Amino acid sequence: MNNSFVPEDFLPVLLQIIVALGFVVLVMVLTHVIGGKRKRIRSIRKEENFECGIEVKGNARFPFSVKYFLIAILFVLFDVEVVFFYPWALNFTALSWAGFFEMLLFIAFFLVGFYYIVKKGALEWSKEE
Amino acid sequence: MPYTRVAPPEGYSAPGIFATSFDKVIGLARANSIWPLPFATSCCGIEFMATAAAHYDLGRFGAERFSYSPRQADLLMVMGTIAKKMAPIVEQVFEQMAEPRWVIAVGACASSGGIFDTYSVLQGIDRIVPVDVYVPGCPPRPEQILDGFMKIQELVKNEALRKRYSPEYRAALERFGIKTVHPV
Repeated sequence: MNNSFVPEDFLPVLLQIIVALGFVVLVMVLTHVIGGKRKRIRSIRKEENFECGIEVKGNARFPFSVKYFLIAILFVLFDVEVVFFYPWALNFTALSWAGFFEMLLFIAFFLVGFYYIVKKGALEWSKEE
Repeated sequence: MPYTRVAPPEGYSAPGIFATSFDKVIGLARANSIWPLPFATSCCGIEFMATAAAHYDLGRFGAERFSYSPRQADLLMVMGTIAKKMAPIVEQVFEQMAEPRWVIAVGACASSGGIFDTYSVLQGIDRIVPVDVYVPGCPPRPEQILDGFMKIQELVKNEALRKRYSPEYRAALERFGIKTVHPV
């Protein structure tokens, strides 16, 4: 088997790149040719990004309170905690008392964490600084 | 299911060929593939829902596909009371529609303000956008909306291709306070 490549082997790739570029350029030129000299109606409102009819005010990229992030993360944490309950509930009889106490321990850990975040004031979202 | 074909436009036909003007062919295609933008604000909108549903079936006129983006819409269907707070929104949605575009005012409120002869209600959308067809009624029955739609189809079918580029058309838009030239 011949494993050596000569530059000529890549000619199809080069051709493909040329065709792709050529097509893009051709279409861009063609739109102006076919479009003709007649000017279409343009205005600032017509070229607006949004289409809901309400004028744009301000920028979407503004800073907002970090409390939202904190609450979202805490939600994920406790959400995952609930997910752990499902396999336990499905195997409730098989795991019997041992499983029950393990779950109790698991919830106890979480309660400690919950006590900590409450003490830290992470859930006081309406409090003014 | 029985169906009727769209009648061919005026032209010369011989076995295997048919010759007519560009205007007519494009008009025919446009008239039977109108994409409406439903701007439904009140009870006429409910009538429009019936019009679009299976029983009255607006889709058989080629208007099956509603466009909620003004960029792709051909026909702005204003159905219902337009309060003065809503007026700039109608105006902007109309302005963002690509040419050619048509407007139909469905119901008494959109046409003239209707029973709401009051300070807060726009007395007819023709104060802010040019209207092609008015449908009377409070609210109009779906048959009436369909009739108005067919009137629009007639307008679309018979419109000259150059109309939207004419200075008269621009002047008409300017009269409604709609800018037609980019100020840049």
